[in-house]
Amino acid sequence: MGDTEDGSKPKKIVFVSVGTTCFDALVRAMDTQAVKQELFRRGYTHLLIQMGRGSYFPTKFGGGDGSIAVDYFTFSSSIANHLRSASLVISHAGSGSIFETLQLAKPLIVVVNEDLMDNHQSELAEELTERKHLYCSRPQTLHQTIVDMNLESLLPYTPGDATPVAKIINRFLGFPDD
Amino acid sequence: MALNLAISILVIGIALTLIRLVYVIARTGKPLKPTGRGASQPIGTLIVLGSGGHTAEMLNLLGRLPKDRFSSRVYIAAATDNMSLQKARLFESSLVKEAGEKVVEASQFFQIYRSREVGQSYLTSVWTTLIATAHALWLMIRIRPKVILCNGPGTCIPLCIIAFLFKVVGIRWSYVFYIESIARVQRLSLSGLILYKLHIADQFFVQWPQLQRKYPRAHYVGCLM
Repeated sequence: MGDTEDGSKPKKIVFVSVGTTCFDALVRAMDTQAVKQELFRRGYTHLLIQMGRGSYFPTKFGGGDGSIAVDYFTFSSSIANHLRSASLVISHAGSGSIFETLQLAKPLIVVVNEDLMDNHQSELAEELTERKHLYCSRPQTLHQTIVDMNLESLLPYTPGDATPVAKIINRFLGFPDD
Repeated sequence: MALNLAISILVIGIALTLIRLVYVIARTGKPLKPTGRGASQPIGTLIVLGSGGHTAEMLNLLGRLPKDRFSSRVYIAAATDNMSLQKARLFESSLVKEAGEKVVEASQFFQIYRSREVGQSYLTSVWTTLIATAHALWLMIRIRPKVILCNGPGTCIPLCIIAFLFKVVGIRWSYVFYIESIARVQRLSLSGLILYKLHIADQFFVQWPQLQRKYPRAHYVGCLM
């Protein structure tokens, strides 16, 4: 069903976000034919990449011709809008980006940057993978993750709540409960 | 004779310092007696922000705290972090809109030198930490907060250690609340580990049950985000 002719096809956007630094390995992985073809086969029509300070520029493509349209930008103050209009989000492993996406109930693949020195970031992605809220991948396994993923099996994330902490702090300081 | 006297003074001095130190450590983590005082006595609160999700988590918590009690809020973020204070300012102005003039109690915003950049080696961190500490001391003398809220950025370490020394010396008794970042599932951050091990945090919160099992003095409070 993925390889129908274009035209009337609804817009389905894959939004890729690398955050405030650079993550060329991810952008490069997104720009491979294998990944782009697989995304197109799955019905995605547009690939939009936020590439941050990276030095690898993906190939822009207007779409049609049986391929996914590709566009990119470096930074934007309206990441939230891009997330909202996306059908699939592929993101770096920063907690801000992860929870912003989950709270919008968007399917998410987190790609861990293995070049970071203190790589605690995979902890969160792996825990949330275990809880079936997202898929976790690396740049070199991204294609396989996209081939294998089944978005229906992901569970919605219930946003957390800071009230318990606030309560303990209040009580500790001797404030009466409201 | 004079030498003997000097030695005895020194010994007594060290003994008194140790006693004070033990007292401070023992008192840290003990809750205040509940009193009927409500909004009448606002508490000067220092809020340490940081990029990479820390600020979002912190503002989320602040949204749940009674603003009239934790008023005269002071925000601190790293000098290299342009976004965090901007977000805090937005948060504060949204409060003003919400509650009118009641919370206009001016909040303050400061930037601080960072002790360690992401990716910086631990060796060169020693030197940068010294500079950051001096700057932190200057800021802490100016602010002298009653409550410190932090959740992991390295900038909170000098601030919290200075707050602890202020308690020992008797300049200001303060309460440190540490909420480990949601990104930490298996291991504490370096900041968290230091504040936990040195008993500097009055209350220590973690967002994942695995961490609570490893650090039993921590409160497990579930995810904040």
